[in-house]
Amino acid sequence: MQKSSRLAIFALIELASNPDRQISTAEIGDKYRVSSHHLAKVMLTLGRAGLVQSIRGVGGGYSFTGNAKRTTLQDVISLFEDTTVTCKLPDPSIATSAEWEMFNISKEINDISVSTHRSITLSTMLKHIERRDQIRARKASEAANA
Amino acid sequence: MVEFAAKTAPELELLIRKVTIDDLDLVNDLDARITGVDKREYWRDMIDRVATRRAGERFFLIAKPCNDTVKCPALGIIIGEIRGWEFGSDPCGWIFAASVDLDYREQGIGEQMFKAICEEFRAVGTETVRTMVRRDDQINMSFFRSEGMSAGPYTQLEINLNER
Repeated sequence: MQKSSRLAIFALIELASNPDRQISTAEIGDKYRVSSHHLAKVMLTLGRAGLVQSIRGVGGGYSFTGNAKRTTLQDVISLFEDTTVTCKLPDPSIATSAEWEMFNISKEINDISVSTHRSITLSTMLKHIERRDQIRARKASEAANA
Repeated sequence: MVEFAAKTAPELELLIRKVTIDDLDLVNDLDARITGVDKREYWRDMIDRVATRRAGERFFLIAKPCNDTVKCPALGIIIGEIRGWEFGSDPCGWIFAASVDLDYREQGIGEQMFKAICEEFRAVGTETVRTMVRRDDQINMSFFRSEGMSAGPYTQLEINLNER
């Protein structure tokens, strides 16, 4: 997965988990240790896809405008990259058996990757992140009390 | 088996309990509504198998509205069993069927049935639950994912004998 896709998913997670707030690219960038400049480009693409909207001015930033239950990771990734690119034959009409064999292997891996990303919605991500946060908090509390 | 009333989305209370042969029509009707295929004899055999052989390790649950009268339709079913030693695996729970009425989806019925069957597995000492889903079956893939399942240590492999 390319860096822009990962950033987009992190940004959407931040925005979708804070539906009542506008969040700046600086704030998201700080949290995920990435430049605001790179993030701004990502947000532009997400805005064009209708997943976020920007509010200008003091206290402005971005808010989530998509449907977290309907938006899958694959929906987001496909905004930034062609996920079939790793398994394309340069010219199928003259491809050797070795190239076809490699194509089949790459396609198998790609199919698994795409179906995994397609099966995970932002809502599912949020649910699992919340659960992970709870477990981490509980362990931290237990360690502090030990 | 613990029968319990589960809260789902607005004002729908569920009773999730083990299927009996008296539920045959309800189960078959539910499945026929979803798949369009009447498989009455298949379901009769399935209910009989779960009830009479390795009954303590096989679980066939039905979700109904809380007022569990004969006339109430089945809203969902889930079936699983403990299987062990195949493919070098220790015994674990397998869910091999789960269905929710098309008109009642996204109301938490699948989730409540999943929790109920996991409790059954847990009660007999199982810590791992598995299932198998077609990669292109996005509805079921998304459902099991949302319940916390992820890829396990096994990969399913197959061969088309006609291409060999």
